[in-house]
Amino acid sequence: MAPLLQIKDLNVHYGGIHALKGVTFDVDEGQIVTLIGANGAGKTTTLRAISGLLKPSKGSVTFAGKPITGRPAHEIVALGLAQAPEGRGIFANLTVEENLDIGAYLRHDHAGIAKDKEKALGLFPRLKERLRQSAGTLSGGEQQMLAIARALLTKPRLLLLDEPSLGLAPQVVKLIFEIVKTIANDGTTILLVEQNAHMALKVAHTGHVLEVGALAASGPAADLAKDDAIRKAYLGVH
Amino acid sequence: MSRLVDVFLHALTQGSLYALIALGYTLVYGILRFINFAHSDVVMVGAWVSYTLAGVFGWAATGSPAIAMPVVLILTMGICAVLGFTIERLAYRPLRRAPRLNVLITAIGVSLFLEHAGRLDAVFGPDPVSMPKLLSEEPLFHIAGVAVPIVDATVVFLAIALLLLLEWLVYRTKLGAAMRAVSFDERTASLMGINVDRVVSITFLIGSALAAAGGMFYGLKYGQLDVTAGSVWVLLGLKAFVAAVVGGIGNIRGAVAGAFLIAFVENFMATYASPAFQDAYVFAILIIVLLVKPGGLFGSVTREKV
Ligand SMILES: Nc1ncnc2c1ncn2[C@@H]1O[C@H](COP(=O)(O)OP(=O)(O)O)[C@@H](O)[C@H]1O
Ligand SMILES: [Mg+2]
Repeated sequence: MAPLLQIKDLNVHYGGIHALKGVTFDVDEGQIVTLIGANGAGKTTTLRAISGLLKPSKGSVTFAGKPITGRPAHEIVALGLAQAPEGRGIFANLTVEENLDIGAYLRHDHAGIAKDKEKALGLFPRLKERLRQSAGTLSGGEQQMLAIARALLTKPRLLLLDEPSLGLAPQVVKLIFEIVKTIANDGTTILLVEQNAHMALKVAHTGHVLEVGALAASGPAADLAKDDAIRKAYLGVH
Repeated sequence: MSRLVDVFLHALTQGSLYALIALGYTLVYGILRFINFAHSDVVMVGAWVSYTLAGVFGWAATGSPAIAMPVVLILTMGICAVLGFTIERLAYRPLRRAPRLNVLITAIGVSLFLEHAGRLDAVFGPDPVSMPKLLSEEPLFHIAGVAVPIVDATVVFLAIALLLLLEWLVYRTKLGAAMRAVSFDERTASLMGINVDRVVSITFLIGSALAAAGGMFYGLKYGQLDVTAGSVWVLLGLKAFVAAVVGGIGNIRGAVAGAFLIAFVENFMATYASPAFQDAYVFAILIIVLLVKPGGLFGSVTREKV
């Protein structure tokens, strides 16, 4: 079976800065794939190019067999490719519930939306008590939960997560990674971008290491976690 | 007592006009973070289009039928909505990623174009005109001996109805939630499947339709239309803009509150202090509010720029 997402020779320029220099990898349906790398390596740029927020200068993105390179972001979501962006992207001027409803913006199956909302709130019960609250009043962890729940309401086949653990307390990080596993077990494929390589390689099936705009290593996550060079560079083992 | 009631009613009508116009500034600023300098010209075009339509339908003479006002209002709002939509498409959208100064200069260009194109004989012509009385100046009722003309009562009633309709649209519908989402974070909104360009277009449609109503109501209340490049329109637009800033630009309820605040201060001060400074009071409020609360009275949620 063809991979759900195929990225071939992806190149992105920011003006004169060559941020991605030919990145190629696949994401198979049903997997958790992680993309790890240091700050500034190009992880967010990769996700933005996949979601249509940036136009690649070269290369292609294929989702579920369809070429999506250069299509506008709002059309890509409609195909079942969602993203919880870096910094969470919560609409602080909307209530928690309105944020969730925006996730279901393109859907018209009211019964399905209600069911998925219930399910998402089941994953994050803390949001349930805060539905009518302004989303700007949530803690960082709650905002991350809301960002993931909102992305789930688009009913994605593939979910891109950009550093969901960033800036969160260890307990909350553990919870978020548990939820990531639950979502994957439920049938949603996940591409997880992380600086927390330790946790990311633990939950993922496959990993890719990005270094200054190019892939430096790829393989089963368990193998990468054992690799000496990677342990030194990303897992703080000396 | 009757003078007080008189000033109060006058301020109420004027505040309604300012509010209708201020909303266009605030809606566009809320989404695109730029001040649409051509907005006061859409108000002017609205007034002139309503005048022209009344003539086309033969309602320019006194004693127009009851249907005249609603028909002209709806058509005028529709025509100006299309005008606003077109301005955004042709002039502003190509500059969406350009520095804000470029868009600002373009807006001034659009404004000058509308003012001077309007003076052509083939358009509205070079002379001021009298607005046909689509609404009667007969009193509808009296408050403390002061007559409330049908025209004033209708303008206030319709303006408030439009404001409530907008409030409902923005805070109670899916489209409104999308508008607020785009206003906060365009990029993330597009990740949720919102077509940002479409939301921007709708914003211009709505803001321009409200401006058109404001322009037409202005004509009905004051009876005279200044030439298209006249200073009356600039001042009207400027005061509505001040209302939007005083209320906290980008904030819908703030714009309405700012509009009424300005109208009341302006009218009460002109009556009880000195009429010579009628316009100066408006700008005095602006300066005072900006000194005390730089974000405006209802300073909107500060936006996280990622
Ligand atoms: N909007 C931008 N304009 C210019 N350069 C950018 C922009 N966004 C990111 N970059 C640069 O591109 C490179 C990759 O950034 P990014 O994808 O954000 O990395 P990561 O998510 O891995 O931390 C960095 O060198 C960064 O400085
Ligand atoms: Mg990043």
